[in-house]
Amino acid sequence: MMREVAVVSFAQSASVRAEDTRNEVEILMPVVHEAIERSGIGRKEIGFTMSGSCDYLAGAPFAFVSGLDAVGAWPPIRESHVEMDGAWAMYEAWVRLQHGDIDSALVYAFGKSSLGDLPDVLVLQLDPYYVAPLWPDAVSIAALQARAWLDAGHTEEEMAGVAARSRKAAMANPMAQVKGDHAVSDLMREPYLVSPLRRHDCPPISDGAAAVVLAAGDLARRVCERPAWIRGIDHRIEAHSLGVRDLATSASTRLAAERAGVDGAIDVAELHAPFSHQEPILREALGLGDGVDVNPSGGALSANVMMAAGLTRVGEAAERVIDGRAGRAVAHATSGPCLQQNLVCVLDGGVAA
Amino acid sequence: MPGRAASRFLRGIEQGKILGQRCPSCRKVYVPPRGACAACGVATDEEVQLGDKGTVTTFCVVNVPFYGQKIEIPYVSATILLDGADIGLMHLIQEVAATDVHMGMRVEAVWCDPADRKPTLESILHFRPTGEPDAPFDSYREYV
Ligand SMILES: [Zn+2]
Repeated sequence: MMREVAVVSFAQSASVRAEDTRNEVEILMPVVHEAIERSGIGRKEIGFTMSGSCDYLAGAPFAFVSGLDAVGAWPPIRESHVEMDGAWAMYEAWVRLQHGDIDSALVYAFGKSSLGDLPDVLVLQLDPYYVAPLWPDAVSIAALQARAWLDAGHTEEEMAGVAARSRKAAMANPMAQVKGDHAVSDLMREPYLVSPLRRHDCPPISDGAAAVVLAAGDLARRVCERPAWIRGIDHRIEAHSLGVRDLATSASTRLAAERAGVDGAIDVAELHAPFSHQEPILREALGLGDGVDVNPSGGALSANVMMAAGLTRVGEAAERVIDGRAGRAVAHATSGPCLQQNLVCVLDGGVAA
Repeated sequence: MPGRAASRFLRGIEQGKILGQRCPSCRKVYVPPRGACAACGVATDEEVQLGDKGTVTTFCVVNVPFYGQKIEIPYVSATILLDGADIGLMHLIQEVAATDVHMGMRVEAVWCDPADRKPTLESILHFRPTGEPDAPFDSYREYV
């Protein structure tokens, strides 16, 4: 029997192309403070602190340690870090809460991609023997996947449709970076950035941060009128080598969705699909029907803070459960090239069945 | 991109001023400031101008030559607790034999010519002994 754990608060910074004056801690601190304040749990009462970030963005080893300046780690706190998106930090925090000796956790993530050339930095996550030496940038790698997906019987109009819907949804999200009302036919007239991807098929480069607070059982019920209970969570990884998997589908998402208990009762889905063609791949793998509201926040096509965009999906989904807009939501996060790793989390506002 | 707090510090150095920041919670003064008190987890927005003088809390005599070395060995790299600060600053101690540098030694900053000052700690060439009596150990024991 798993211990009941819920997301009880969420905060995020506005995503911007470049934070010209603030460093990572200066971006992160107000976000962490807001998430803790909204949780109703005292800062010193938080049982566990967990972060997700990437030293390659700052270009310095152990750059993540400075993130703790935003938290106040004295007297010493229990904390840990993953060199992964904050959604995986949330997973570790969820596991930590299963131990039963503590009842709450702060999870934060931050990324300042403007310090380097992000498409090139992301080459460093590729297989170091056969692929990385060719130095294929992240957009070109995604374009390979888009081509495989188109060859499987899809169209560029579908991709433009995802982009148009995401940008329109983002108009209601004050934290989003790219927003606007575009006709699909207008988007289709745009030139290719890297064929078959046009500019709108790609995510913006973003600086920012996000944080959630998790609470278990009675504490969650006490501090939150309607906690977003984590009813299932799972993550799966596919082969590192791009050539040995079918890039037009997502087997790992399908498996994670099965294990997490994604079912026909989902109202809202926040999917971490940085490139437009990835959203229909994920939709299919998750088995989401047409009635599901996908990426009402605008998704990663509208704001894509590296290392925080996955945790932001969890937060956006949870917020809709907490405020009653959604009954049951699914949050998805991805990592690695072409949806290599996928995490799926089911959040529900109702009492456990 | 050093951030807002470090940018203010570096602009101060360019003008010959050493600027720290005080934590509103524990009142400790950080220099160079990073915009946050790591102990309290709050923003440090109160600016404090520090003087040029401080105390050597610990030091290291460098005897090993390495590629790109600009200073003649042996030389001394030290942690200097500026008067009024609550954290040590790393810098060089010169104008004294390496064998004479010791904990508690009172030192002062030697700035480069004002026309050459840039937003970098290299605008302080080094620290040198002031000749004052040593600071008592209790005055810096918390910072060793
Ligand atoms: Zn403090």
